[in-house]
Amino acid sequence: MSTWQFYWETLIPAVNKGLGLSIALIVPSAVLGLALGLLVGAGRAMGAKKTLGRLLNLYVAIFRGTPLVVQLVMWFYGLPSLALILEGYFKPLGWPPFWRGLLLSPYAAAVLGFTLCSGAYQSEYVRGAILSIKKGQFLAARALGFSKAQAFWSVIAPVALRRALPGCGNEIIYLIKYSSLALVVTAVEITGQAKMVASLYFRHLECYLLAAVYYLALVTVATAILGYLEKKLAVPGLDPH
Amino acid sequence: MTEPRPLLEVSRVTRVIDGKKILDDVSLSLNKGDLKVVIGPSGGGKSTLLQCVNFLQVPNQGDVFLDGVSAREMSRHNINLFRQKIGMIFQDFNLFDHLSARDNVAIALRKVKGQKKAKAYQRAMEELDRVGLADKADLYPSQLSGGQKQRVSLARALAMDPMVMLLDEPTSALDPELIGEVLNVIAQLSYSGMTMLMVTHQIGFARHLTKEIIFMEAGRVVETGPPELLEGGPGGGRAAEFCAKLAEVTGR
Repeated sequence: MSTWQFYWETLIPAVNKGLGLSIALIVPSAVLGLALGLLVGAGRAMGAKKTLGRLLNLYVAIFRGTPLVVQLVMWFYGLPSLALILEGYFKPLGWPPFWRGLLLSPYAAAVLGFTLCSGAYQSEYVRGAILSIKKGQFLAARALGFSKAQAFWSVIAPVALRRALPGCGNEIIYLIKYSSLALVVTAVEITGQAKMVASLYFRHLECYLLAAVYYLALVTVATAILGYLEKKLAVPGLDPH
Repeated sequence: MTEPRPLLEVSRVTRVIDGKKILDDVSLSLNKGDLKVVIGPSGGGKSTLLQCVNFLQVPNQGDVFLDGVSAREMSRHNINLFRQKIGMIFQDFNLFDHLSARDNVAIALRKVKGQKKAKAYQRAMEELDRVGLADKADLYPSQLSGGQKQRVSLARALAMDPMVMLLDEPTSALDPELIGEVLNVIAQLSYSGMTMLMVTHQIGFARHLTKEIIFMEAGRVVETGPPELLEGGPGGGRAAEFCAKLAEVTGR
């Protein structure tokens, strides 16, 4: 098999297949992670009350404080172990097999892991952006008769989102790259495919180089979209240029 | 002849923050069309008083009545209705930075009063016209001067058809040459019969428009009376002393 034949017939089709899965992992994780980050960041910045506030703090502490690899392994291999324990306990009692819900597909485990991890980071960008908004904006809205929720969605959120956008975009770009960790839960995306071909044909240089080029392309597209969004949402004088 | 029921009545309001009495048993009342001016040194509780009037800060004791309706007895939802009827002007304008002048005026009409966009925009343009800024409707706050920003904030408050306006040092953050344009709007409002409670250091302006000056210090109303109160003369009280000091600084 010639080198070119290897590229065209083996390596590129394999990595292309991985690209499809990568996109299928990244897009929902980015969207859900951002949504989660918005809720958590808003809750923490607006001073969520006792129990909820503590839960939010705990969530961020855990998912920012532990390695993503460890989290992914927990979701994919740890939960089934838990399911076994539950089965041993509840099956003799005649319960319906609810524990089977803990057995996640590689894809589901990866999206869950990415979303929860990304949401924790996103929430910090959102929290910082909300805290940067002067108290007077909220006060003025309340004085006009806005409820707290209305003031948040009409006045605070639009400004906070614009301020958080560069940070949130940064996290999405980071997510694109850490999606390569999906291979630890056997979801074979770009990196997984490259790794498999590389080990089969002992062509590590070309395989990983191609994987790198694919990630670079994804990041370039994401950067362009984010740049477009920033420009589109720009308001004169809102950012201190 | 019986006194008419005051439009706005602040009744024995006390506000404590971190164990410190910011407001101590403050009472005052405004009849329809009154403009009353609150003066006094910084930290005397003037801003807190205004924020207690519309319950942005909830008083620890006492109550506020607007046209006889108690703020304290209002449910959480109704307190938003209560605030709608009281316009508030801030020292540093607090325009919504992400919205054009037109949208700044229209947003509360749309979100709070539930008006359609076209109707809210029409009203917004009327109010901007009233403060002489119809031609600036599409500009954002960062593109307006301080005086223009404060006039937009007046238009924003007026669009809600308030029964009372609270003004918290509306000209203190302005360059001297921009103060006049804002005071003009306020004077016209007063002539047209708007009921207003205004904190200001513009003693000269206050003297011409108001019938009553309220002097506050250390959370209390120390003196109340006609503008002549400020001129002191023999036995001049704290208010006259304060004004003399202010005149020393401003050379007036």
